[in-house]
Amino acid sequence: MKLLCRILTLSLVLLLPAARVSAHAFLEHSDPPVGGKVHSAPAAVRIWFTEAIEPASSSLQVFDAAGKQVDKKDTHLDRSNRSLLQVSLPPLGPGTYKVVWRVVSLDTHVTKGDFRFQVAP
Amino acid sequence: MCALGATSRAYGHGFAGARFFPATLSTDDPFVADELSLPTVSTIRTPDDGGTRETDISVELAKRITPQFGIEIGETLSVLNPHEGQTMNGFGNLELGGKYQLLKNGPHEAIVSVGLDVEIGGTGSNSIGADSFSTWSPAIFFGKGFGDLPEALRFLKPVALTGVAGIAIPTSASTRSITVNDQTGERDIEIEQHPDVLEWGFALEYSVIYLQSQVQDMHLPAPIDRLIPLVEFALETPLNRGACGPTTGTINPGVIWAGKYFQVGVEAVVPINEHTGNNVGVIAQLHFFLDDLFPHTIGLPLFGGTK
Repeated sequence: MKLLCRILTLSLVLLLPAARVSAHAFLEHSDPPVGGKVHSAPAAVRIWFTEAIEPASSSLQVFDAAGKQVDKKDTHLDRSNRSLLQVSLPPLGPGTYKVVWRVVSLDTHVTKGDFRFQVAP
Repeated sequence: MCALGATSRAYGHGFAGARFFPATLSTDDPFVADELSLPTVSTIRTPDDGGTRETDISVELAKRITPQFGIEIGETLSVLNPHEGQTMNGFGNLELGGKYQLLKNGPHEAIVSVGLDVEIGGTGSNSIGADSFSTWSPAIFFGKGFGDLPEALRFLKPVALTGVAGIAIPTSASTRSITVNDQTGERDIEIEQHPDVLEWGFALEYSVIYLQSQVQDMHLPAPIDRLIPLVEFALETPLNRGACGPTTGTINPGVIWAGKYFQVGVEAVVPINEHTGNNVGVIAQLHFFLDDLFPHTIGLPLFGGTK
């Protein structure tokens, strides 16, 4: 047991302080929420990631149920929070919308994903 | 015994499309990655010699040579504590491996790889029964996430399956041991056959990470939001040399927590039949993602250094 404790301690002490400030960026939460239903049309889709994002190589798009892109194509990072990516929306009608994102974290790892949200009638 | 020993290996993590696959503890998965398992610890009472407590502490390092090809090296310290008699410990044979990623499909979260492992005979300790001969193990690996299921089944989208099928081919068909009776002087020759063994297994996972980020934000708090409950099946079936006996192996339910730079996992190790054992063991692992810890140095492939 002593040997095991030493191995565990050594592993954490040697490796974790060497960690860079960035890693794979996962979706932390979003507005509208993943899979959620909102009762008033949102003015933007905002996604908070677990890591700071490289904006030039990242994208955020919103599609309606017919597959037509409906966002304003102005994907940008929040000025004060480099892990918050957002895109503006025109007034949306009731329906289901699909959000597709692809981001590059500062250490150049690429992650991507998609989710849906609903605008209630 | 062989099947129980297989639970002390440690394997790779990776992405396919939006899917993050964790490194599974008991079965090999299809990813080529830069990572370090330090340590993987397993303990179980085996049926040998009236019941022997076997504890394995292993380390494994995986390194990408190119984005699609990687190598692995692993070593295990085993402690055997028999029901009666003296405790023995020693290192197992050195294990080397290579894996090539044949196919990856992001939209369908699918991946297929092939690999070749070799356990180098004679590099381990006789006291714990390390083989004096080498064993080659070619295998095929697959992974599939179910994120492409229809929306009506969206709560099954976090499910993923990884699996492996391979054949362990010993370089020696049998070993012969001779004992001499001190009183009568008679020689007793014992021949142990070493069959080829089909090694197969799979891991069924449900990713809360995927549920939260792709399907439905359930507002789960940390650390639950990073959990991946899973059950692994690690099985072995002897194929020839008079040893075509029943399949042995374990079913290992457990959970993995995956963070930014490392994951931790723990599983129960449940023998599938009496030939495997009668006691439940446990396996636990601390596993580092070197590509996230050292993204610009050792976390990169040696050649073709993209992520």
